[in-house]
Amino acid sequence: MTAETGSGAEPRRGSTGAEPPGVRTGSGAEPRRGSTGAEPPGVAIELREVCRDFRRRRTSLTQPAPVVRAVKDVTATIGRGERFGIVGESGSGKSTLLRLLCGLDQPTSGELLVEGRPIHDQPARRLGWLRQRLQLVFQDPMSSLDPRMRVRDIVAEPLVAQGRHEGNRERVVELLERVGLSADVADRYPHQFSGGQRQRISVARALAPGPDILVADEPVSALDVSVRAQVLNLIDEVVEAFGLTLVFVSHDLSVVRHVCDRVAVMQRGELVEVAPTEQLFAAPEHPYTRSLLAAVPDLHQALAGRTAQDLAAGVARRGPEPGGTA
Amino acid sequence: MSEMQGAPAAQVVTPDDTTPRPRGRALNPSLLIGGAIVAAIVLLALLSYVWTPWPPMRVLPVEPYQTPNAEHWLGTDRLRRDVLTQILVGARTTLYVGLVAVGVAAVVGVPLGILAAMSPGWLGQLVMRANDVLLAFPALLLAIMFAALYGGSTRVAMIAIGIATIPAFARITRSGALGVMKTEYVVAARAAGRSPLGIAWRHVLPNVAGLVIVQASVSFAIAILAEAALAYLGLGTPTGQASWGRMLFEAQTTLRSAPHLALIPGAAIALSVLGFNLFGDGLRDWLDPRLENR
Repeated sequence: MTAETGSGAEPRRGSTGAEPPGVRTGSGAEPRRGSTGAEPPGVAIELREVCRDFRRRRTSLTQPAPVVRAVKDVTATIGRGERFGIVGESGSGKSTLLRLLCGLDQPTSGELLVEGRPIHDQPARRLGWLRQRLQLVFQDPMSSLDPRMRVRDIVAEPLVAQGRHEGNRERVVELLERVGLSADVADRYPHQFSGGQRQRISVARALAPGPDILVADEPVSALDVSVRAQVLNLIDEVVEAFGLTLVFVSHDLSVVRHVCDRVAVMQRGELVEVAPTEQLFAAPEHPYTRSLLAAVPDLHQALAGRTAQDLAAGVARRGPEPGGTA
Repeated sequence: MSEMQGAPAAQVVTPDDTTPRPRGRALNPSLLIGGAIVAAIVLLALLSYVWTPWPPMRVLPVEPYQTPNAEHWLGTDRLRRDVLTQILVGARTTLYVGLVAVGVAAVVGVPLGILAAMSPGWLGQLVMRANDVLLAFPALLLAIMFAALYGGSTRVAMIAIGIATIPAFARITRSGALGVMKTEYVVAARAAGRSPLGIAWRHVLPNVAGLVIVQASVSFAIAILAEAALAYLGLGTPTGQASWGRMLFEAQTTLRSAPHLALIPGAAIALSVLGFNLFGDGLRDWLDPRLENR
């Protein structure tokens, strides 16, 4: 399970979260990082009180435009070689957080460091190094590959974008074979492939520049159940083989459980709980985590005729006072 | 290709279709018919440089208002000129005007549209508002203004038509580009480190090309008609030169007594408009890899 990087167990402990009072994280007592300038060697990604606000359209001439805080005071540390999961329902800020991590968007406040180097205050043209270190696999295999480009050009894009033109042909073949596709698919267009095959192409593209960090944004959510396991295994395997740090975003807890070492639970832009996977599943601390766990469909319960409403009601009884509902 | 070394665990997957024919796409009927019509017009225009049935633009010692006959296949007009000769020579003007007007509009409009879609905030807004201002001027008004400044000529007419067509290209390109900018492959390209210019060139432009081609074929048709209208008003091609619009204009006074003088250039215009529209539709489909093998 563990990635075979040298950093071993050390980064595993490095979890922390900026929490509102009363919310505990799995790692508990660790003091908040932040003021020290020097990075510990085993840290891949560090977030310090990261916020991202979005301005809504003005609704009134006299009042200022309403602001939506999509990501709220997120503080977390992701160790090198770690498999870090982020779960939460849609609209919880997962994707916004991901865009920030990848340097595709800038936080309103807070600091974001990848491999000890700040990315929160850098313009896109100064982030060339990040594009080699960190790569993405996207959710929708239909929209993540340009329909007008051949597979060869898609996979080679990160190389070409970074000014590498020599030996790309061979590199593409190598990458395609690495993800379980044959070399002769290079001349095809994306529409000729199934969803699972497209995700393989997507993984090949992400691996092209030889990244250290792989960020996967719901990589199997749009796939048929029958091919999910294949793609998950592929990601698992390349993370293992190349000693990558994995950041895996999903709303599907069973998938996260399968892939990740440590899981962060997001609700309304905040990390409400960060804990090692097994601990989180065995003893969820935060009520929101419990309700998420309860929402995982269970065949036995379904056969016993329990509906989603029953489950939600059960959670509400176990959770804190359901405010306002009589 | 040859070495199948380190492909571990996962099975080798090949797509269902085992006959790759990336460029050997079947030509669709629209493209064939449209292409044939366009090619015919181009050939006729070229032919007019080396051969015409009668000397072009010459008043001949024959009867005016002849209906089509063995001597003059499409008859003669009021000034005793051979109509077929004028149609051939007029094809040059028509093609020239259409290509230059659409070229001006596309070369300016498409980059503007992409710029408006890709630049956030005020710059995009500025481009589109400037576009709206231009949209408020019909081609006719622009042509009249230009003609007042520079005198009426074919060149002035086609530049005016081209400028008046810019907003159409900018708008359609922008709307297409906005859609492309939302896709994950553009995000992937950014994450891969592509510059905005690189994204515009490699992703946005190819993906809006279909829209631009269709817009071009429609605009081409409109440009031909606009040129005819301008010539008809005396703002475009001057009297001494042949253009299909000019011929329509001159046929107007004798519409009742010699309707063929209006019908023939009218039919030529209609046919070329049809040809370019079909050609544009066919070209768009042919260039789309998704429509392959269907």
